[in-house]
Formats: sequence, C-alpha cells, structure tokens
Amino acid sequence: MAEIVLDKVTKQYPDGAVAVRDVDLEIADGEFVILVGPSGCGKSTTLNMIAGLEDITSGELRIGGERVNERAPKDRDIAMVFQSYALYPHMTVKENMAFPLRLAKVDDATVEKKVKEAAEVLDLTAHLDRKPSNLSGGQRQRVAMGRAIVRSPKAFLMDEPLSNLDAKLRVQMRTSVSRLQRQLGTTTVYVTHDQTEAMTLGDRVVVMRGGLVQQVGSPQFLYEQPANLFVAGFIGSPAMNFVPASLEEGVLRSPLGDVPLTDRVRALLEGRDAPREVIMGLRPEHFEDARLVEDHLRSSGAVFTSNVDVLESMGSDKYAYFSLTGDQATSDELAELAADAGTADVPGDGVSMVTRLSASSAVTVGEQAEIWFDADKVQLFDPGNGKNLTYAG
Amino acid sequence: MAGIGGAETTARKARWTVLNVLVVAYALIPVLWIASLSFKTKETLTDGNFIPRQWTLENYTSIFSTTEFVRALVNSIGIALIATAIAVVFGTMAAYAIARLDFPGKRALVGVSLLVAMFPQISLVSPLFEIERSLGLFDTWPGLILPYITFALPLAIYTLSAFFREIPWELEKAAKMDGATPAQAFRRVIAPLAAPGVFTTAILVFIFCWNDFLFAISLTSTEASRTVPVALSFFTGSSQFEDPTGSIAAAAVVITIPIILFVLFFQRRIVAGLTSGAVKG
Repeated sequence: MAEIVLDKVTKQYPDGAVAVRDVDLEIADGEFVILVGPSGCGKSTTLNMIAGLEDITSGELRIGGERVNERAPKDRDIAMVFQSYALYPHMTVKENMAFPLRLAKVDDATVEKKVKEAAEVLDLTAHLDRKPSNLSGGQRQRVAMGRAIVRSPKAFLMDEPLSNLDAKLRVQMRTSVSRLQRQLGTTTVYVTHDQTEAMTLGDRVVVMRGGLVQQVGSPQFLYEQPANLFVAGFIGSPAMNFVPASLEEGVLRSPLGDVPLTDRVRALLEGRDAPREVIMGLRPEHFEDARLVEDHLRSSGAVFTSNVDVLESMGSDKYAYFSLTGDQATSDELAELAADAGTADVPGDGVSMVTRLSASSAVTVGEQAEIWFDADKVQLFDPGNGKNLTYAG
Repeated sequence: MAGIGGAETTARKARWTVLNVLVVAYALIPVLWIASLSFKTKETLTDGNFIPRQWTLENYTSIFSTTEFVRALVNSIGIALIATAIAVVFGTMAAYAIARLDFPGKRALVGVSLLVAMFPQISLVSPLFEIERSLGLFDTWPGLILPYITFALPLAIYTLSAFFREIPWELEKAAKMDGATPAQAFRRVIAPLAAPGVFTTAILVFIFCWNDFLFAISLTSTEASRTVPVALSFFTGSSQFEDPTGSIAAAAVVITIPIILFVLFFQRRIVAGLTSGAVKG
C-alpha cells in the first residue's frame, strides 16, 4: 500500500499530439480515486503511465515516495484490471490467479493458500479448474479482479473494468468492487467514462477533458460546485439544464422569464468580472410543479409556463421534458459534451429542458404546466471560457 | 413451406455429396493407384487392374534391402526436421516483431521476404552450386538445410504473423503488470497461444522441405545427402532392362507416410479458437 503522486505529468506522442498535460494529483494511501471523462480525454493514458505501460514525457510519478518514471511495470508492484479482462485463455482460473505469484517465485504452499483466499473472497472456489472460455462475463471479471488481489500489490489500477458487463450485473459488481476496496484498503485508481460509476464508487473524482484535469473533488462537491460548464454538464444524470441568459440590473433575463438574483448569487458574482451574456445552469431536481410549492417558497424562485413534451413517471418522481423557444446555450464545452453523449446530431429546435417533479404532480403530456424553480440554486457560467461564475469552492 | 424447404436442403445435400465425392476421388485415385502398383508382382504390373490379382510385399523388401533408399530416407528426415525447426524458431521471432513492434525498415523486411518467396528457384540453382562447391557445402546436410530455410522463412513469417496479430495485445500488457519480463511474457503467455500457428507453419515448412526435388538433385551427388525424391529418380531394376515401376511405387508410398504421420501428430494440437475467452467475448 502506498500513496501515488503525479507531479506535472505530461504525455506527448512522437507526432506532437499531447494526450495528457501537466496533471498534478496526490492520491492518499488507501484512497479510491476515479478518473472520469469522455473518450479521448487522457484518462486511460494517465492510468497507463501510472502502470508503466506508457512512458512519461515529462513530470514525475512517485509511488510510496519513490520516483518510478523509469521503472518497468513489473518493478512498480501494482496490479491492473483491464477492460477486456485479459485473462490467459490457456490457463485455468487457478493458474490465471496464481500467475503473478509464480512469476514472483512464491513457494507452492503460499500460492495455493493465497489463490484459495482470493477465490473465497470473490466466490470463485467452484470454478478454479475451469478455463476462461467456459465462464460467464461476470465470472471472468471476478477472475481478473482475483489476479490483481492475490499478490497484495501497493495499488490497483482499473481500466473500465465493468463496461463489458450488462447493466444489471454492472450495478451489482459496482457495489462489490467498492466493498472489496474498503475491505483491502488498497490505493485504487479507477478509470471510467460513466459518471454514475464515478459518483458512486470514488472517494474523490478527477474529471478530465482534452488531457487536462478540470476539477478534483468528492462526488458531492463536484455535483454541487462544478468549477466549469464541462464538469457541470458531465456530472449528474439527467444532466444539468443550460439556458442562455443575460444579466441586467440585478435580474437574469432568460427563456424561463426574468429570474431575480438572490443574495447568495449576487455575493458570489461580486468581484468577478461577469460578462453580460451568461449561461444559466439548473439541475433537474431544482424544479417543481408550481401547484405543489408552498407560498413562502414561491417568492424565492421563479415560475415559467410551458407545454409538457414528454412525461416519464419513474414511480418515485416524474421527469417532465419541455422545449422552450429561443436560442440554445452554446459553448465549446457543451458542444463536446453533446458529441460525447451522441446527442449532437439529434434534431431539435430551441432549448430543451429536463425537470424532476414530485410523483404527486398532476402535469400531463401536451398540456400547459406551471413550473417553479429555485432561483437560489442557479449556477451561472461564462460562455467564453466556461468558468463557473457562482463557484464557491 | 417447410416441405419445400426440406426438399431443397435434401437436393442441396445430394449435390454437395456428389461434388465432394468427385473431388476426393480426383485427389485420391492416383494415390490409390500408386499404392496398388506397389503391391503388384512384376508379372501383373501392367495388367491394368485396380485391385492387384496377386499381392506381394516384394517391392517393399527390395527397396529396404538397398542402402540407397534407407540412407536417403534418413537424409530426408534429418534435413527436413532440422530445416523446419530452425525456420520455425526464426520465423516465430521475426513474425512476432512484425506483428507487434514498430521499427525502422519493417516494411522493407516484409517486402524482401515476399521477394524471396517469389524468386524463381531455378535461377538460383547454378549460383548456389558454385557457392556451395567453393564453400565445401556441396553434397552435405547444411548444403540443403540452408537454402530450405531461406525459402521456408517467408512462408513461416507470413503464416505466423497472421497468428500473432490475432492474439490480443492486452494479454501481454497483463503479463507485464503481473510481473513478467518481456521474455517471460513471450514464453509463458504469447508462445502457448501462438502454438496452433507454430504447428501449422511447421507442417507447411516440413512438407515444403520434404517434397523439394530441384535443390536436392542439384546440390547433392552421393548418398551422403541425397534425399528420397532424388533417390527415387535414380532407382533402377536389378538389370538395366528391368522395369523399376514397382519399387518406385513402393518408395512413393513409404515417403508419403512421414507426411501423414507429421500432419496427424500436429493436427491434434491445432485447436481452433484457442484464444476464445481471453477477452470479453
């Protein structure tokens, strides 16, 4: 077990392309850190550099206080779980799990004991003599985990280990990965493109974009205090709603009507050189059916009226979708998020909004609905550089 | 509908069966004819019967009673096995490098090996003869092994690099992470997975060496290194007026046996889909 420190780590390929730029990250001993971001953001490259599978162009990587830039993967004492599991097909489950120990020239009795322990933890005891080709996806995934844990390495690196499982199994394995990590207390770096996995698993989450770290923090902090538009749009499901707005004399003019600036927002904006045109961000849960809002709360928010396009009843909540007339909020960050989510080409005019309403709401599809939202929860972003103007962290 | 479909598949099956029987017959009848000749006595050799009227093992005993044939058989087996082993080992290393690494001159290497494979062998016979004579390699085992390796290597490299490309690269990364040196990763993970490819290549290379006639007749002069295909052409009867057809047929049957054994032995190791289960699937 050890802490991992990345000090201005950069990866530049021979053709000049920079995959990762100046990543500074301190991962404490026993911590579970998630690297998250859309494809091509440099998260896997960062992981491979920690593993030693890719060279570090500049900067320093320290594991347990020692510089390891020049060390081969085998001398770093870290284990890795691959997205494809990378099980050795010609070996049985037992041989697969024993492989790292055999290479380390551990004696037979210890190998036997360690493999047995790992198999028990992962519920693989019944499958020890089978070949990977005869295992289900979930079992293969567990064998890959088993191969990582048998030799008690300083750290685990996981490269999207759950993305090949079907949705239900993924949720189940997510909790067992989390439980296993707490049980072993081993420093873990986990790469995923799935923000739900990032939110649920990590002690801390590192959001990356285009080779740059956007923000590092606990999942809750990232959710409540995104540093910029990209983090705001990436973290949270359904995603934050973005609408263009303009700041005029203490009021936000937006397609949702005029929104009063609350004292909190006003205080945060002060001292920042806020432009006139901004992007307003609102989480779906900060909306409510106006008929269900108590009178004393009504004044702290604003109300808009629109046609309900789609209504999804989830049992505990209702998701109501609206299309507002007016221009969509535009910025590089939002364009990249849309491209990553595959929604860039979805036709649609105006501003589309997702709101989460109480299950008791009586709104119906195709009818006008009066929707209230909490003006104090509004986040404002600079469309030029994407910075959160209401960031309090 | 089902009835029509059924009739159609029956008809299809029948068509395929007829076709298969024709192809197999076309390939096997000459072989069976040779086998039949080898069991015929001198008197019935030319009677045109497919199944011999009089069976005899005389042809076999006669070829094994001469040192000429036995010696050639030893030469053939030795030369083909050594050339195959060396070509497969070098081919494996070269193919691995071509499939996995990016190094300067990779395209040139692939191009040159393709060139070697396409080069007309007959045009090399005279220069090789001169070179081998001055180097003292003429009429020796190495004198045949070396050219065999040269011409077998392109074949080996092509077949093997196709197999190496099939092996997921992540397995090698996983082995590295598990603490293997590059050599260990190759020996314990990659090589066992490439085994079917190695065996397939070994069969192809062995057959190439075993069947060669051109180099064998040009670069040998005595029993010291003469291989079976050449020895066959030197067969004569006990007198020059005697027809050696029976002996040649027997020898032809005998030299086919090692090939059949070789293929059968390695075929069991060529298990398709050995890599399945390595990655998600």
